[in-house]
Amino acid sequence: MDTTILQMQEITKTFPGVKALDGVNLSVRTGEIHAICGENGAGKSTLMKVLSGVYPHGSYEGQIIFEGEELKAASIKDSEAKGIVIIHQELALVPYLSVAENIFLGNETSRGGFIDWNETNHRAADLLKRVGLNELPITQVGQLGVGKQQLVEIAKALSKNVKLLILDEPTAALNDDDSEHLLNLLRGLRDQGITSIIISHKLGEIEDIANTTTIIRDGQSIEALDMADPASNQNRIIRGMVGRELSSRYPEREPNIGEVVFEVRDWSVQHPVQQERTVVDHASLNVRAGEIVGIAGLMGAGRTELAMSVFGHSYGRNISGSVLMDGKPVDTSTVGKAIKAGIAYVSEDRKKFGLNLIEDIRVNTTAAGLGKISSNGFVNGNKEIQIAEHYRQSMRIKTPNVMAKVGNLSGGNQQKVVLGKWLHTAPELLILDEPTRGIDVGAKYEIYTIINELAAAGKAVLVISSELPELLGICDRIYTLAYGRMTGQLPAAEATQERLMELMTIEKESTR
Amino acid sequence: MTLTTELKDIFTKNLRTSGIYIAFVLIVVLFSILTNGLLLSPTNITNIVLQYSYVLILALGMIIVIVAGHIDLSVGSLVALTGAVSAVLIIKHDMPWWVGMLAGIAVGAICGLWQGFWVAYVGIPAFIVTLAGMLLFRGLTYEVLNNVSLSPFPGEYGQIAGGFLNGLLGGYGFDTFTLVIGVIAVAGLVYSQWRNRQGRMKYGQSVESMAMFLGKNAITAIIILWFFWQIATSRGMPIVLIILAILILGYNVLTTRTVFGRHVYAIGGNLSAAKLSGVNVKKINLWIFINMGLLAGVAGVVFSSRSNGAQPGAGNMFELDAIAACFIGGASTTGGVGRVTGAIVGGLVMAVLSNGMQLMGVGASSQQIVKGIVLLLAVAFDIYNKRRAGAGS
Repeated sequence: MDTTILQMQEITKTFPGVKALDGVNLSVRTGEIHAICGENGAGKSTLMKVLSGVYPHGSYEGQIIFEGEELKAASIKDSEAKGIVIIHQELALVPYLSVAENIFLGNETSRGGFIDWNETNHRAADLLKRVGLNELPITQVGQLGVGKQQLVEIAKALSKNVKLLILDEPTAALNDDDSEHLLNLLRGLRDQGITSIIISHKLGEIEDIANTTTIIRDGQSIEALDMADPASNQNRIIRGMVGRELSSRYPEREPNIGEVVFEVRDWSVQHPVQQERTVVDHASLNVRAGEIVGIAGLMGAGRTELAMSVFGHSYGRNISGSVLMDGKPVDTSTVGKAIKAGIAYVSEDRKKFGLNLIEDIRVNTTAAGLGKISSNGFVNGNKEIQIAEHYRQSMRIKTPNVMAKVGNLSGGNQQKVVLGKWLHTAPELLILDEPTRGIDVGAKYEIYTIINELAAAGKAVLVISSELPELLGICDRIYTLAYGRMTGQLPAAEATQERLMELMTIEKESTR
Repeated sequence: MTLTTELKDIFTKNLRTSGIYIAFVLIVVLFSILTNGLLLSPTNITNIVLQYSYVLILALGMIIVIVAGHIDLSVGSLVALTGAVSAVLIIKHDMPWWVGMLAGIAVGAICGLWQGFWVAYVGIPAFIVTLAGMLLFRGLTYEVLNNVSLSPFPGEYGQIAGGFLNGLLGGYGFDTFTLVIGVIAVAGLVYSQWRNRQGRMKYGQSVESMAMFLGKNAITAIIILWFFWQIATSRGMPIVLIILAILILGYNVLTTRTVFGRHVYAIGGNLSAAKLSGVNVKKINLWIFINMGLLAGVAGVVFSSRSNGAQPGAGNMFELDAIAACFIGGASTTGGVGRVTGAIVGGLVMAVLSNGMQLMGVGASSQQIVKGIVLLLAVAFDIYNKRRAGAGS
């Protein structure tokens, strides 16, 4: 099986003013899983858009050879007809249509213009079996979780007789179980002779599954690593991606821990819609001044729900329990009161909950603390610029001034704007929910450095993360959350991924 | 930055904001030629101000509604209702003119409160609430007027939209008072621009070059002075222009300089992020609609004053003129983008189009067709620019 299915040669793609790809070469063997790694903005997605026909033939330079012939796709339809199917990071499913309707959308099984529903649902059921999804074809897609939706996408690809399947960050939004299932499915497809290209930031996953890894940096292909070679480990990939060896992925820090600043006692929250489903169950925790405390938990354990319900009751119903700042009970029932009490919450989804993408850095920086720069309802424009400029410099946001639109910034710079926005409210406690999600390796290090600086300045920091190495790397103490309950806490020095995982998976009844 | 690149930017990079001004100038030039200069004659300029002031007043409220991501379809009916209330009090019940005026504005604000309640606290989309309001307020207008028109108003009320301030400082074939106001307006504008520029420079922000700054201000000053000269040689300073100028200045400050204004843009730009930043979204939405109702009340008073009476069918389609003014002026259909100045220029584009075509003797049907196409092209242009900007990043 050592034939080459795909050969991309000297691909160059230019946007007005930017060279997104600069002579990229990619060679994929038939029946392998080929990973593509690179920092955000390196050109991975652009390359896949060229391959899948999103950017039609003629809009780029270079040659694509697919199964021995030159591919000249004018549209996605063309490349799909050849058997190249891309599954984007944002899933392209219609939530109000059924699984079967989604699988055959644009490709309906019809007779004389009328859809043959029996045939459609029957074929859909077969495809669902192939991807190991135990759902009825008539189920509405919107009722499925992200993991299952991902499988529907793959079933859709299979229905088109896919030969080369491209997955853009397929596991970014999945929990560990669903990720594992997906990766197993890809292995199964490989055995059936389907070639996959997978773009991922999760290097552990790539190490696990890929046969070959191509590294892209600054729009150029750097190297192709044979993953059978034991030297091709995560550090090797990182070195290729950033172009240097990161001596440590986490900056050094000397903790200086003071009194308890923030405390939550007996906190319970119910699901906003589903009756009698308790999302957070009598949870208690505390954070000291200058301390970085982590919350570890699987997807659905209630981490974000805990944080958002504390922060202005922004999530859930029937919230009970108490919040204490400096030992005194405080009211956090609205976001305004929570901010006044000295709490800041940096959301895991900065585009949806953190930023106004159509506005500039200046407006975003002051959005949560306008009161501090205004009198009698009038905003002091000059003071605003001064403050935004201060955070632009101290956060090392890479723009010439504060008038840059936030929507045009990279993920790392956007996250720094959000951090600056919340620092402007002068909080005692910062809750950082997935602070490095979707951020490339170099920018992560900078975010960690900022977090350390905050702790050094005496702030209490609470970090929520799905990446256990990250929690182990930056925290002083880690709480574990499972099914809405606090199942334990460990000083970082004693914690390991295995011990945390044990605590994170404790089911009901067994403790407490 | 050099002057030439700045000038180039106006037609390239900044076309999205500058486009409306360029379009306005082109339309004015076009119709001046087509009407042999009649469009810019002193009498006609005064007429445009008197005739279209209500659309501009409505556009001031509408731009805030649209920036926050809502829409208001009820303002036409509300103009009729507030004018009717005012007419009934003054004409039927012999109340003084100012009682009628205040009552009209108050009714507008109360109707705004009603709609704001449903939008903000019940969570019904503004499209539905104001569609209901459109029917509701129209029905109430018929009730209040007993299905008949009321007219005429006594003299003072008519002065609101038809009166002029002139001769206060004497006249020599032109009205000195009007010119003095014009000079003060120019001086105030240049001073505030200058202060703004100084402030920015003090905080190390980039500013336009001195030549550009002077050029821009000189052109604006000449246009304003010329405009005041024209109305000074006609009938003097219309009272409604003073009302309009105060409102425009006030709302420009409200949207750009105040916490309220910021919160409106934050809600329209990203509702979830605004909530999580501590913005009291419900309260802001409520005030947006109270404000819209209040301005509809002002427009109702102005309109009834100008038409010297109240008719059950008054204000029909006014909402669409106001909405069109906002979108022509660069507001985004998805919220978060739009400016008071843009909406005003957008309203003036509509006004000059209507007025110019009337002068040319174009029929009402053709006028509607042209206005419809202009609205479509304006938004198409906006989307084209957005897409162009998106591809570059």
